[in-house]
Amino acid sequence: MKPAEDPIPFDRMRPAERPYFDRFGNGLVVVLPAQRPGPTGWGRGGPPHGGAWIHLGEDGVVHAFTGKADVGQGTRTALALLVAEELRIPLTSVELTMADTDLSPWDMGTFGSRSMPDAGEHLRATGAAVRAVLADLAAARFGVTPDRVELRDGRAGLRGKTGPKSVPYGLLVKGLRRVDTVPLGTPPTAPAAWTRAGTPTVNAGATEIVTGARRYASDLHPPGMLYGQLLFPPSYGARLRSVDLRATEVLEDVTVVREGDLIGVAAPDLFSARAALKTVRAEWETTPQPSEREIVEYLRHHPAEGEDFWDVIHHEAGDVEAALAAAPVTLHETYTTAYIAHVPMETHAALAAWEGRRLTVWLGSQTPFRVRDALADALGMSPSNVRVVVPPTGSGFGGKHSGDLAVGAARLAKAAGKPVRITYSREEEFTRAYFRPMAVVEVRSGAEKDGTLTAWQFHDLNAGSAAARTPYRVPNQKVGNQPVDSPLPQGSYRALAATANNFARESHIDELANRVGADPVEFRLRQLADDRLAAVLRAVADRAGWKARAGPAAQRRTRGTGRGIAVGLEKEGRVATFAEVRVHEDRRLEVVRIVTGFECGAIVHPSNLRSQVEGGTVMALGGALFEAVHFDGGRILNPRLSEYRVPRFRDVPPIEVVLLDRRDLPSQGGGETPLIAVAPAIANAIFDATGTRLRSLPLVPDGTVP
Amino acid sequence: MNGVERTVPADGERSLLYVLREELGLTGTKYGCGEGECGACKVLVDGVAVRSCITPVAEVVGRSVTTIEGLADGDRLHPVQRAFADLGAFQCGYCIPGMIIAAVSLLSTTPRPTAAQVRAAMDGNICRCGGYLRILEAVHRAAATSRSSAGRSL
Repeated sequence: MKPAEDPIPFDRMRPAERPYFDRFGNGLVVVLPAQRPGPTGWGRGGPPHGGAWIHLGEDGVVHAFTGKADVGQGTRTALALLVAEELRIPLTSVELTMADTDLSPWDMGTFGSRSMPDAGEHLRATGAAVRAVLADLAAARFGVTPDRVELRDGRAGLRGKTGPKSVPYGLLVKGLRRVDTVPLGTPPTAPAAWTRAGTPTVNAGATEIVTGARRYASDLHPPGMLYGQLLFPPSYGARLRSVDLRATEVLEDVTVVREGDLIGVAAPDLFSARAALKTVRAEWETTPQPSEREIVEYLRHHPAEGEDFWDVIHHEAGDVEAALAAAPVTLHETYTTAYIAHVPMETHAALAAWEGRRLTVWLGSQTPFRVRDALADALGMSPSNVRVVVPPTGSGFGGKHSGDLAVGAARLAKAAGKPVRITYSREEEFTRAYFRPMAVVEVRSGAEKDGTLTAWQFHDLNAGSAAARTPYRVPNQKVGNQPVDSPLPQGSYRALAATANNFARESHIDELANRVGADPVEFRLRQLADDRLAAVLRAVADRAGWKARAGPAAQRRTRGTGRGIAVGLEKEGRVATFAEVRVHEDRRLEVVRIVTGFECGAIVHPSNLRSQVEGGTVMALGGALFEAVHFDGGRILNPRLSEYRVPRFRDVPPIEVVLLDRRDLPSQGGGETPLIAVAPAIANAIFDATGTRLRSLPLVPDGTVP
Repeated sequence: MNGVERTVPADGERSLLYVLREELGLTGTKYGCGEGECGACKVLVDGVAVRSCITPVAEVVGRSVTTIEGLADGDRLHPVQRAFADLGAFQCGYCIPGMIIAAVSLLSTTPRPTAAQVRAAMDGNICRCGGYLRILEAVHRAAATSRSSAGRSL
């Protein structure tokens, strides 16, 4: 039930109707209009987005707004750098509001490496438009044409030595309440001319982080706050048959909520809340669930319709069957990847507080607008009465998309008449979250005797379509994927499908190169259809000191040391990874050295990009070597950090990062693609060292090469 | 507690972490796993890093506890904090208080640690963003600056 008098939410109003100046004070606002999701998905103009806006106040403060969230990947500083660049002001003069549904433009969510190509481009265009208006205002004031105006360090003056004294931006917009939209084709500053963007900068928030002053959602504690706990099914696929809350409802100071399948309690301290939850008598109806041992067969027999991340691609060229039949060299192999967990250091946390019929939820989230709408739906409210704020968040990696926790906290807070925070325990984080999908990839290839590819058949089960297409020239191809009805909950994950597809393809290419006795670098360079990717591969081979090799690997193998290389092209980023490994006499694997090269167009924030590439490489090491969710009968068997191993200091080899800065190309995201060549590079190095070809991730669950 | 005597009415079995965060409002110390595996909850007890999530609060009665909030001298950051901030040795930042505490504990007993000693001392702390190499760099820089400032004061 939606009261008719409720206004529409800020982000859905037309720009001219939004009460910008009531909220942010007099001045100038420039808006880049939204592109709404079309009825058939993403429109011709690219992904849907809510645009961007920038407010310039009478005090000269430049305040930019985006719906994207920074959950630790450093986009806050990168985006602010772009605004500073366009406005010709120091980075410290930019305020940036992100991911607050009462203040920000709508956004579909922070995923898919879209923050730089979407929000970055929008803020650049908006900033350039603000600059154009400032030049006009200053020109009118000085009685000159706008081209004679120079904007520098927050002041407008005249080019050359003579003329009136420069004035601060704030003075130019004094008394204004002007809203402009970004004119089509407003060109931002070309990356080649950047002076602020593109230079190393420490990320925002350093002092609050190192002093412990930064408040994450799980740190928030308003007066009177209660601790919430939700009842969860004991296993996947279990349904609530009956529930008896009598013993719970008599507890003093305990709020109990039951709304359909949602059962929750709240109490003044965590221990009372946990104890109260234990008094709930619930009966569950379980259904048989596949075990880990039979999972591959299960996936093969449970196809599903594609949706969301599991969109389906089908690409065909030439006649792959005929080409396979005619090829002198053929290879047919299957590669698998395990379910793995995101394991954000900060578990999911949501704080809900009501003020009359307005609800505010603070939530570590990558999809605040989606959560706002889910809250409004679940609670029968207008979205204009729901505010979702994303405070600093202890990482996400694709794992923080869901709003279940927020709905639970909101219902409990409403029933209790007090703010309620729910923070997942680590075990809840493992069992209530969703996983990176398990994937089964089958590759059949055909080649000439010198390795020239003639046939390529690539079919992935449950990984997703990203990076399924091959970057190599092959005349006859058939590439497709099949979504699956997964027995474990699965969802977004940093570079999810691309990791599986790239592992399969780059392992397979290495197998072919070895089969025909070709050098793996030369083999790739000869057949890559993408010059930018070839350039990254050359840069990495150079840095690694790659020595060309020929002949079957068995003839070269010495003392258990091996080197491997792999490439990847995804989300408009190009990556190549070199790995050197040592397999000790007891078969223990040691990764000795990694070199990762990456190119994603013009680099906005080089120190942060380097950090993303290093960190992404480390995260990829976990999935490559030992991370796996174990399960049986619909239960997770290793839902603890003592049982689910993630990379530690001891696992990290020297990692050299080679960044290629292409200022002639648009900036793309860098948080995901740097992960995707790590696993195949290591698998290829293990083969080089031992002759053992490993085709399943994780490669060495117990640390040793079989 | 950070140089001040504090009285807390609490069940002695409760974890030091819970008392710090939920009863004293010192939320700089983080929960990560609840079983002493990740190091996000580290604090100094009598100068030595301990995992507060598996330390019953009764164990620290009468002892000196320093949390991340108690390291700086007013606005003057501790050299380890300074090194982390200057190098931007953080991504989401959630693990950093525990990392800094582990490093302070190490440098107090081993002011000139080798690379292997630093890795060993820090290995109980997890950074899921994978910022390990920059964190190592920050610890080494903190060791170097502490030495040079100690030298100056002589």
